[in-house]
Amino acid sequence: MLQGYWWIIVSLLAAILVFLMFVQGGQTLLKQLTKTDKERSILINSIGRKWDLTFTTLVTFGGAFFASFPLFYSTSFGGAYWVWMLILFSFIIQAVSYEYRTKANNFLGTKTYDVFLLINGILGTILVGAAVGTFFTGSEFSVDRMNITIASDPVISRWETATHGLEAALNITNLALGLAVFFLARVLAMLYFINNIDNENIVRRSVKIVRLCSGMFLVFFLLFAGLLLTKEGFAVDAASGKVFMEPFKYFHNLIEMPVVLVLFLLGLVGVLYGIFLGAFKTSGKGIWFAGAGTILTVFALLMLAGFNNTAFYPSTYDLQSSLTIYNASSSKYTLTAMSWVSLLVPFVIAYIWYTWKSMSKKKVSESDLENDTMAY
Amino acid sequence: MEQFSVELVDWSRAQFALTAIYHWFFVPLTLGLSFIVAFMHSIYYKTGDEKWKNMTKFWMKLFGINFAIGVATGIILEFEFGTNWSNYSWIVGDIFGAPLAIEGIVAFFLESTFIAVMFFGWGRVSKKFHMMSSWLVAFGSNLSALWILVANAWMQNPVGTKFNMDTARNEMISFFDVALSSTAIFKFTHTISQAYVIGSLFVIAVSAWYLLKKRHLLFAKQSILIASVFGLVSAVCVAFTGDSSAYDVAQKQPMKLAAMEGLYDGEQNADLYAFGFLNNRKDNSNFKGIRIPSMLSIMAYRDPNAFVAGVNDILNGNEAQGILPTETRMEKGRIAIQALADYTLAKKAGDKELAQQKYIEFEENYAHFGYGFFQDKEEVVPHVKLTFYSFHIMVGFGLFFIALFAWLLYASMKNKLEKHKWVLRLSVWSLLFGYIASELGWLVAEIGRQPWTIQDILPVGAATSHLSVGNVQTTFFLFLALFTVLLIAEIKIMVFQIRKGPEKGGSHV
Ligand code: HDD
Ligand code: HEM
Ligand code: HEM
Repeated sequence: MLQGYWWIIVSLLAAILVFLMFVQGGQTLLKQLTKTDKERSILINSIGRKWDLTFTTLVTFGGAFFASFPLFYSTSFGGAYWVWMLILFSFIIQAVSYEYRTKANNFLGTKTYDVFLLINGILGTILVGAAVGTFFTGSEFSVDRMNITIASDPVISRWETATHGLEAALNITNLALGLAVFFLARVLAMLYFINNIDNENIVRRSVKIVRLCSGMFLVFFLLFAGLLLTKEGFAVDAASGKVFMEPFKYFHNLIEMPVVLVLFLLGLVGVLYGIFLGAFKTSGKGIWFAGAGTILTVFALLMLAGFNNTAFYPSTYDLQSSLTIYNASSSKYTLTAMSWVSLLVPFVIAYIWYTWKSMSKKKVSESDLENDTMAY
Repeated sequence: MEQFSVELVDWSRAQFALTAIYHWFFVPLTLGLSFIVAFMHSIYYKTGDEKWKNMTKFWMKLFGINFAIGVATGIILEFEFGTNWSNYSWIVGDIFGAPLAIEGIVAFFLESTFIAVMFFGWGRVSKKFHMMSSWLVAFGSNLSALWILVANAWMQNPVGTKFNMDTARNEMISFFDVALSSTAIFKFTHTISQAYVIGSLFVIAVSAWYLLKKRHLLFAKQSILIASVFGLVSAVCVAFTGDSSAYDVAQKQPMKLAAMEGLYDGEQNADLYAFGFLNNRKDNSNFKGIRIPSMLSIMAYRDPNAFVAGVNDILNGNEAQGILPTETRMEKGRIAIQALADYTLAKKAGDKELAQQKYIEFEENYAHFGYGFFQDKEEVVPHVKLTFYSFHIMVGFGLFFIALFAWLLYASMKNKLEKHKWVLRLSVWSLLFGYIASELGWLVAEIGRQPWTIQDILPVGAATSHLSVGNVQTTFFLFLALFTVLLIAEIKIMVFQIRKGPEKGGSHV
């Protein structure tokens, strides 16, 4: 019960994170959407007011996952070391880039900071997508709690490949999801620019490129969805807790949980309608539909991974080491205490919403930036 | 597959220490300067005077430059618990994860949402909402300090928890014991007040430099006045909370106290080593310098006659004082670990009676659980000299800062700051002293508690991930290179902005 509640919270955070990655998408579009320094500055300032929100969502997602499913934190982060380290490095260089890129005497030069932003835009999205892909494809690790009683080598979870996570990038399902997230982030970014920026050139280029990127997104997303729904999945026997392979497991999950099916379809329609609004009507509303759609779709996907007797972090090395929301969770006491804290979340969302609204009343434009001494 | 080794532990520690030390270059200034900015912003709001607006914008700009890199170095610490201390993350994640998550939910969002308003809200939102945002940023960053320090305090003083044999981990039994332990309270108050000291020193150092260069005189004098009031109050709090921290350490981590004081043979009416040097002897003839009679007993137990344990008492035991020898504790620890293994097998085999028996055996010896992982009793002694000097230098600076702030306040009020050039020069240097004292504080706290990640429960050797040394070495050097480059960039930008001065609230480029 509590474990389910926390799986929902963590999934929701992940879903919001993927939506907010439009910041990362925007960072990869700097070259394509802008021609002059002025335009570049407009674009950077438009996403620059949101980067911290994405970053904080990532941090909170990590913290919430740690608090609710510590065995996942321990197994995945310590095991798929290089994937997470690369993600982290890409976020470290992002965090300083907005603030430093145009400051005088900035040591590395504007170009370097722009490259930092590009790296974060590419690696951040693709690797996060691929990492989530392993929720369905599995990884090679073992977990044995009794290792703690071996004083000379007491580590409980062990990764069984020396590449420490990089092997995930070789799996086509993971890769398809990674690229889908990458293109989705770019699409969302352009829809956001159409909404947030008052500059003809940027908007015109966005409308053009968003069509192309939407196509790419659909190709990779459909590939991922096709592979997912036809593959064997990691099922858990409710009575014994034993993990076994079940053909079409994720398809079954979709059918057996109609609410999730509805959310999934609703999400897809939202994304497509949002793209349509942006790409063919040049409407600023596109981002809201596509954003909400993204949240619903990602949320539904994670429901498929964790619910209906499914192992959310499967081990292909030793099936019985797979993590489920039951065997990986915190104690009941901690989950209860944290549930009280989670009641603050709506309040947090409310003030974020309020400040976002009051800050976006005026679109970002050239004249707007001219007399702003605080601009990036 | 991969070699589990002492080397891995050392590199993991080095990496954590490196990233934590870098993070800590930026954190105190964020905590301290945020309040100073909010305060100036309020004066602007009240008076509507452009001069205060410029002043606010100037300090706000410097705050932003520092904040960005604080965030960049912070994210890595959080995830390092998983990447490099994965066993730790399972064994105590049930308790430790909670404050980290709360920090994200209640504090980081507050910080990051309102920081955007604070920076970009000029002319976009109402003046009142804008000014409130500055306060919310200050409040948010200090709230984040609270939760991370609760987490750290729990590692030093693991209360409110019980080991669950079936899940092989520690589980929380009282949230309030964790959040409100004496260690957490002293750590929080000491750390935030020392951050306010650094914020004040920063403002003072920049302003004193302007005075020496005969620039922006009015701005500089007003800034010094505000900062020396804030600094003096904070520095006095630092001394009091530091004293309370030492008292707390004496009760909870006697080995750390012994190392801080370089005390090898425990005694009643123990002297405090005030100024001086340690030699390599492992008894109480190890110190040359000024002693304050009985002061250590007073500091540690509020009683001049109290017995203070030394390194040797803890290592070899002291029957009269009821201190068990470390080797005995290691033995009991091994019994506890074995009982856990037997318990699990018995459970699997369905032997309830044996399981119950092992349960009792485990409970009886659990207080020594962590000791069972050691091979050699000497492992329980931290680096005494490093801890000793770090502690004494920190305290020395602490007393010096009180004097400095008091003098600056007095000179500001008499309007004779410029007459004493050497004090202004000293004020510029004091910023460096502040950072040194602050980093040394963490060295005392963290090196002094070695070899424990969780006091008496989990030694560093049992806390790592299953990685080969090469992986950690690689990331260590990547961090070293990256953080150093970013630090240089930060300092260069900062210095440039300071040279340009506060006219028009700092310029765009
Ligand atoms: C006493 C205060 C304090 C201490 C001991 C630490 N931090 Fe920190 N941290 C802050 C005070 C702070 C802050 C003042 O809130 C920062 C620093 C600069 C900043 O921008 O926010 C911050 C930023 C920061 C961030 C980025 C947050 C964001 O997205 O805005 C993370 C993830 C962490 N920290 C995590 C940690 C971890 C895991 C620590 C311990 C191992 C740690 N910090 C020690
Ligand atoms: C930001 C300020 C901090 C600094 C400067 C700092 C400093 C250090 C240092 C120097 C070490 C290495 C000790 C050694 O290897 O001998 C260390 C280790 C460690 N610290 Fe801290 N620390 C800080 C905050 C924290 C906090 C807030 C936590 C907990 C949330 C923490 C948890 C740890 C852990 C897990 C280790 C590794 C295990 C160990 O070596 O004990 N530290 N820290
Ligand atoms: C005035 C006299 C001071 C005393 C008596 C004092 C005492 C202490 C003690 C006993 C600890 C160890 C607490 C622990 O291990 O849990 C400590 C830690 C620390 N000190 Fe101080 N201190 C003083 C001044 C300062 C100053 C001036 C600074 C920095 C500007 C500072 C910064 C720190 C920090 C960052 C820590 C680590 C966090 C903590 O454990 O609370 N201290 N101090």
